[in-house]
Amino acid sequence: MLDFGYTISIDRQIDLDRGDMRYIEFVKAIDPSLDICIGCGSCTATCTAGNFTDFNIRRLHTSIRRGDTKSLKQEIRKCMFCGKCQLVCPRGVNLRNVILSLNQAIERLG
Amino acid sequence: MIKFNLFVLPFSLGLIYIIASIFRHYYRWIKTLPAVDKIKLSAGMRSPSKVMDSLKEIILESLIHRKLWKKNPLLGYMHMSFALGWFLLIVVGNLESRIYHGSHFNAPYYPIFLKFFIHDRLVLFFEVFSVPAFFRFIMDFLLLFVLSGLILAIIKRRRSKWFGLNRTTGHNLFDRMVLTCLWLIFPMRLLAESLTAGYFGGGGGFLTQNLGTLLVNILPFPAENTAYFFWWSYSVVLGLFFVMMPNSRYMHIPSELLLIVFRHCGIQPKKWDSSYTALETYSCSRCGVCLDACQLNFAAGIQKIQAVYFIRDQRDQFVPEDITLTCMVCGRCQEICPVGIHVDSVRLIKRRELSSGQVSDFSFISNRHPGYAEVVYFAGCMSHLTPSVPRAMEGILKKAGVDYLFLDRNGSICCGRPLMLAGKDKQANELLEFNKNLIRQTRARLLVTSCPICYKVFREEYNLPIRIQHHSQFLLDLVKNGKIALQSQHRKIVYHDPCDLGRGGNIYSAPRELLGKISDIVGCEHENGDALCCGGSLGLFRTSLSKRDEITKNALSSLLARHPDLLVTACPLCKKTFLRHSPVPVMDLAEMIYDSIPGNHGKQLKPAPLRQDPVSVMS
Repeated sequence: MLDFGYTISIDRQIDLDRGDMRYIEFVKAIDPSLDICIGCGSCTATCTAGNFTDFNIRRLHTSIRRGDTKSLKQEIRKCMFCGKCQLVCPRGVNLRNVILSLNQAIERLG
Repeated sequence: MIKFNLFVLPFSLGLIYIIASIFRHYYRWIKTLPAVDKIKLSAGMRSPSKVMDSLKEIILESLIHRKLWKKNPLLGYMHMSFALGWFLLIVVGNLESRIYHGSHFNAPYYPIFLKFFIHDRLVLFFEVFSVPAFFRFIMDFLLLFVLSGLILAIIKRRRSKWFGLNRTTGHNLFDRMVLTCLWLIFPMRLLAESLTAGYFGGGGGFLTQNLGTLLVNILPFPAENTAYFFWWSYSVVLGLFFVMMPNSRYMHIPSELLLIVFRHCGIQPKKWDSSYTALETYSCSRCGVCLDACQLNFAAGIQKIQAVYFIRDQRDQFVPEDITLTCMVCGRCQEICPVGIHVDSVRLIKRRELSSGQVSDFSFISNRHPGYAEVVYFAGCMSHLTPSVPRAMEGILKKAGVDYLFLDRNGSICCGRPLMLAGKDKQANELLEFNKNLIRQTRARLLVTSCPICYKVFREEYNLPIRIQHHSQFLLDLVKNGKIALQSQHRKIVYHDPCDLGRGGNIYSAPRELLGKISDIVGCEHENGDALCCGGSLGLFRTSLSKRDEITKNALSSLLARHPDLLVTACPLCKKTFLRHSPVPVMDLAEMIYDSIPGNHGKQLKPAPLRQDPVSVMS
């Protein structure tokens, strides 16, 4: 590729109107505790799957909240349901249920 | 000559229907058994000892209701009076009818309505010991026996606490209709027999004769017609009860008999919805004993999800998702169930159906050789959240000079049980295979784990060729073999039985024996099989943290009632959960043992160095 002395970044603007909000709505209807998340990342830090891969439940949460569900299906499969995330959560988010609900959302919404 | 009257028809038709229905269900349950279970059943039926054992249990549990007697004598008596009383009424009534036999054909309705067809004269005082008088006495006595149970049953609706039940099952309209029919049967019989005996001036026993004479004298209606009305009513309520029974909870009566036979033939519950599951759901009498056992009920105030409702919905083929997923799978209801229904395995079957369409991908797990050792130590995920537990274990293992390998030192692959509790057995099996392979490679002869959740799944699902021990058993062996010496701390402690170690793994004595050597154990209200769950259960999905906290606090108040200095448990999850609320220190058994080794008391274990850079969570 020719070097023109500058690069063009991919558009990082988030258009909430075009986001797919079905997943976050589905999960929140089942487990409203997701709303009290402060995004501290404790869950991600303790995650077993996160130890072996770049699985990042915090990032996943942020993405689906923005309606970006592209990576959701592939990523959520790595969870082993061990529940450490839930035990370290300082806010008491019911994380195993959140992940189970996400699984159900994928199954039902496609 | 065959005696007949039109009023026997409702009863007779009902009887034909119920017998046909029971046979249809029996046929379906037996026919859909897997082939291997059919062999077990036919072998069991040919074995006299198994048949005798089944009969014994049927008499003890289905008629006498021994387990309910143990729970509460009044509750036991109530159920016994209905079951045993009614059964004997049928048997003795049949024998009695043989005396008055008019023909070789004893129509089924004949013993039931005998007093309508036979009008014996009054028994004179010197004839009291004659055969007919004897039968009349016994039959009246049995009727009184059943009626006493009926009175108790009515009282139980209002004052269930007298029967040892804080809550009773909320029955649906249909069940209440059937219950009304059942309750009406015996008063109708009493009135019909009494009025007949009173009208004819004989033929009744001490109860029916005296009541009948009294009623005939005070009733303004003609006694003969009134009696006939009650014979009709008696027949109609019996017939109605029989017709409604197959779709009501009373189907548990014939179902439980077959369930007991199945169990004695060695047929086990399956992992999928099988005829055993169907039989178990039909065998539930909805007595509601499980309601008081459920901590979600008495500690967190969550209703309508308990075993009795879950099994009812399962029988009706419609279980709401929330009911399936709101359960700690602690096994308390299963432990106390008088019918012995495997509620937890039925619930997991339902969860499997729920999760069947979901997929996982664990291809990221890479296999590396773990090395060789004689003993493999697997701390488990939960122990990594209570690092002092594996640290204490390592300290003890080193002290005892055991050739060991800490299999999951650098982060673990889950044992699979949490996935199973979510109904994801297929996915769990991938982890199982991985861990199995890893353990096999070490060529160890013993697998020790600190986590009862792992212990249960290692034992039940892994089929490992080596011994598996929870650390409580392993440490006890070390002490017994003189590998480690202990010094008593003389602290007053209370021991909490973790669900998966006690009810799940049947280990109650090892931790107590071990703790007895180093401390003074004070008991608590709920111990051993009756132990409470800490509230941290991985089986519970649809419940908020605040509800879990209520369960934890309730369990703590029960555990700490006798003011111990220390709460000791043998499960990292219980420890982690209790730590949030316990006013006294919480320790794991391993930490206690480490602390009691001479020279170790009060010594802090250094944390292991981090194996990697901290994980970035902000990306």
